[in-house]
Amino acid sequence: MSSQFDITETLDVKGASCPMPVVKTKSAIDELAEGEVLEVVATDSGSMSDIEGWADSTGGVELLDQVEDDDVFKHYVRKTE
Amino acid sequence: MSTDTPDASADNAPSRAELAARVEELEEELADVSAEVGDDNKKMSIISTKGTLDMAYPPLILASTAAAFGYEVTVFHTFWGLDILHEERSKDLKLSSVGNPNMPVPNVVGALPGMDRMTTKMMEKKIEDNETASIEELIETSLDMGVEFQACQMTIELMGYDEEKFYDGVVTGVGAATAIQDMAEADIQLLV
Repeated sequence: MSSQFDITETLDVKGASCPMPVVKTKSAIDELAEGEVLEVVATDSGSMSDIEGWADSTGGVELLDQVEDDDVFKHYVRKTE
Repeated sequence: MSTDTPDASADNAPSRAELAARVEELEEELADVSAEVGDDNKKMSIISTKGTLDMAYPPLILASTAAAFGYEVTVFHTFWGLDILHEERSKDLKLSSVGNPNMPVPNVVGALPGMDRMTTKMMEKKIEDNETASIEELIETSLDMGVEFQACQMTIELMGYDEEKFYDGVVTGVGAATAIQDMAEADIQLLV
């Protein structure tokens, strides 16, 4: 997968379950500047759909990629504004 | 005959100037509507009435998630929903072992002394094993994200709650009218 984008920050939410991966992703994105990329590392399989849905409905973020790697789910979100 | 309006056979057909004025009028209206729809303040209003462990989760999970989606969220707690806002009681919410057909024990067994404590322990163990957030964690997270928790004044008095015992940041002194106003303005309204 890796990567056409530079990862600015990594958020480790391994172990955490719904709704924490999305909620913490939102908080972490708020800390970034425009153009920066957040990597979210989760073990909650629901995070694939949840973070996709969140990124889709939320202004100012763009979901760049989602990767499943050995029961770990990685999400790459860029802050766009 | 003018080439501008080849089909204008009737005398009462609107003139160009009239049509232009009408188009302008409609454009203005459209701009107003777009401004309203494009209003970024999405809102959600939840009414939380239950204080059992299982019924405390849905409003908190939805509130914190909606906040992550950029919604302005208010949760109006009334009757036993007030226990969720009570700092001590929120850490000790119970699961009822009767009245829930999904429980592993029949109602007659569930009604025996100590059964609620047992089913609650089982649930707490599952929550811990699954690393599901605690009620306290969800409340603190929601507050951090700007969710407004409201405690219904009438039921505070009816049920003898001490307002000092609520989490910091809980809004008191509100009633049904506040809830109705929030619901009227909200894009999503839920009763839990």
